[in-house]
Amino acid sequence: MIRQMGRGLAAMVLCGLLAGPLAAAEQGIVMGMVLEPPHLDPTAGAAAAIDEVVYANVFEGLTRIDRDGAVQPALAESWAVSDDGLTYRFNLHDGVTFHDGTPLTAADVVFSLERARADDSVNAQKALFEPIESVAADGDDSVVVTLKRPTGGFLFNLGWGDAVIVSPQTAADNKSTPIGTGPFKFRRWVKGDRVELERYDGHWAPPAKLPEATFKFISDPAAAAAAMLAGDVDAFANFPAPETLAQFEADPRFKVVIGSTEGETILATNNARPPFDDIRVRRAMAHALDRDAVILGAMFGYGTPIGSHFAPHHPAYVDLTGRYPHDLDAARALLAEAGYPDGFEATLKLPPPSYARRGGEIVAADLAKIGIRLELIPVEWAQWLEQVFTNKDYDLTIVSHTEPMDIGIYARDDYYFNYNNPAFKALMAGLAAETDEAGRYEILGEAQRMLAEDAVNGFIFQLAKHGVWNAKLGGLWENSPVQANDLTEVEWTE
Amino acid sequence: MSIFLAQRLTILVFTLLAASLVVFVVLEVLPGDPAAMMLGVNAQEDTLAALRSQMGLDRPAWQRYLLWIAGLLQGDMGRSFTYDVPVRELVAERLAISLPLALLAMLLSAALAIPLGVLAAARRNGPGDLAIAVLAQVGIAVPNFWFAILLVLLFSVTLGWLPAGGFAGWDAGIAKALASLLLPVVALALPQAAILTRVTRSSVLEVLGEDYLRTARAKGLSRRAALWGHAVGNALIPVVTIMGLQFSFLLAGTVIIENVFYLPGLGRLLFQAIAQRDLIVVKDVVLLLAGAVVLVNFLVDLLYGVLDPRLRRSLRHG
Repeated sequence: MIRQMGRGLAAMVLCGLLAGPLAAAEQGIVMGMVLEPPHLDPTAGAAAAIDEVVYANVFEGLTRIDRDGAVQPALAESWAVSDDGLTYRFNLHDGVTFHDGTPLTAADVVFSLERARADDSVNAQKALFEPIESVAADGDDSVVVTLKRPTGGFLFNLGWGDAVIVSPQTAADNKSTPIGTGPFKFRRWVKGDRVELERYDGHWAPPAKLPEATFKFISDPAAAAAAMLAGDVDAFANFPAPETLAQFEADPRFKVVIGSTEGETILATNNARPPFDDIRVRRAMAHALDRDAVILGAMFGYGTPIGSHFAPHHPAYVDLTGRYPHDLDAARALLAEAGYPDGFEATLKLPPPSYARRGGEIVAADLAKIGIRLELIPVEWAQWLEQVFTNKDYDLTIVSHTEPMDIGIYARDDYYFNYNNPAFKALMAGLAAETDEAGRYEILGEAQRMLAEDAVNGFIFQLAKHGVWNAKLGGLWENSPVQANDLTEVEWTE
Repeated sequence: MSIFLAQRLTILVFTLLAASLVVFVVLEVLPGDPAAMMLGVNAQEDTLAALRSQMGLDRPAWQRYLLWIAGLLQGDMGRSFTYDVPVRELVAERLAISLPLALLAMLLSAALAIPLGVLAAARRNGPGDLAIAVLAQVGIAVPNFWFAILLVLLFSVTLGWLPAGGFAGWDAGIAKALASLLLPVVALALPQAAILTRVTRSSVLEVLGEDYLRTARAKGLSRRAALWGHAVGNALIPVVTIMGLQFSFLLAGTVIIENVFYLPGLGRLLFQAIAQRDLIVVKDVVLLLAGAVVLVNFLVDLLYGVLDPRLRRSLRHG
């Protein structure tokens, strides 16, 4: 009996030894995130955290944005655009299924787009769908979208998380149990702690390399650093404690990859309120702003200076940081010319993020040198949205605009900058109509120059993406052209 | 006894009513539009209106208050604006962490403080008393979140014995769940234990000076028997009072600790709900906490009866 037990034990130990390496062959990933999404339906909320969990992982659209910011086919394997730019025909992939097994048909695409642009839609980016005149299925595999007017950015817009394709049967519950077509399906959400995804074996494209993925929510920077060091978390796409990065760079267990985001951090200026309605005052402020000091002091040196509202990593970027060189005498001269030789007083409203709270102090110090005395008013996001954004009751504020390709906001009547330039609006109209890439880049360059010339806002820096992850991980995005944690190409390398 | 219960119940009801009015009025005055918070800066006006209507925010204030109270009486706490799930579910999930956390922290702090306090009182002004007094002072002075970070640095990052934070979940097994609660419990318990030690010590000292203690010793009881058999029981009343107050604090006041250990607890839920303008959750949780405080005080009152026979009599006839 003891001999039998001994044999049994030996067999168990052998199994354990064999199972060890076999089990380790397929390992999932634990990704850290700072903010928890309020829910998991990207078509019903603006929080970036939603897309950071589900974009490209759980949900897919007709097109997708890849790691370089380019438009790639997704659920639509190809498309054809009519010569007048008004009709788009999308050909869908075969064999696409939702995570509940139902096949994707053109009717589902029609449903998703109609749902987004309906009168009672709660889609946070409804404006993306406004140019659509009609959507119709042509058989099971083709969708024809007709536009009211040519829209150059339409394919890019369809790649946003707000334009993903959902299933009519399950769309209403996507907030808590998302059902999409992506390479990962939703397993569970322990609210306040983590979201668990697992590989979907019925995916139409080659399967993901990770068997599962867990998104853990850690908002405290010190706790995030501790979690990385203790190995509780494998990767942080945007690490919240840049002051500790040197420690991770020195540690061979980790890789630190600094990339760029679409976040233009600006000193937003109320162009309708004196004295900021005088271009000389705005230009004086631009001369007094020391971008490097803000980047060093507020972001520990991580960030790229910008001279207009455009991301430096984009091919159409024009470097306008030299338009207003740092020159305090020129600044004071302009202020005096505008009638403020002794400067003036104003308020600076600062939302919670550190780029605003810390950056605000540095900006105030810069402007104090030319006599502009700022009162710093910290506000919460809800107050900022109400006072600054909706009621436009502010002088200056610091905020980061993180939507990709959002230079068009300067053409909106009623936007909180109170910038109303018909020439700019004409440019944006031309951009929408232009479908040729070279032509678009030229118009975008002109737009950037115009904003810099008019010194609409103080353009400070582009938010950097501080990626920290286990050195054995490959395939994570370096830059963040859209708010996403695309895990489709992520794998453990050895 | 039934009069006592009736009194307590009335207090509970009035406290809850007052708390509900206060929190409702305060949130009405608080600026910020929940719909705009959820849909962000690019949302169009008609989308915002649709969402506000969905959330029932277009009704007048008194209507919303009465609907809320009516719902509560039926056990319906409403639906969270942010998460779009029944608030009852959210709160239950968070209580599953905060309640054990608070109870364990309180137990640990009592288990440390009472023996130490009694010891300090028994060896008054001796070296033992001095050492305990110093420890207690340090425990009160040290900020608990700083202490928590130190614990994480030692036990998670350097030694790797315990997770740096997060909650594994009760379904991951009791051992794993308790392992993720161990450091937070210690971080919470030690400062509370320090306070409790001092309270215990001074309370025991007071009781030691009473006549009946002298009688007990005169009857022939040893120092230890007199101490533990008679003194401690009677000295516990102020201690129990403080513990009751501590429990209320532990239930929701541990936001900072929950942040350091990224625990999805009740304090953090309340804090985030305020920031995100999830008004329903704020109202419900505040009311819940008010009710919890009253309940704990009620239990403490009952405990007085157990500890002090004189109070038991008055309770019976009260």
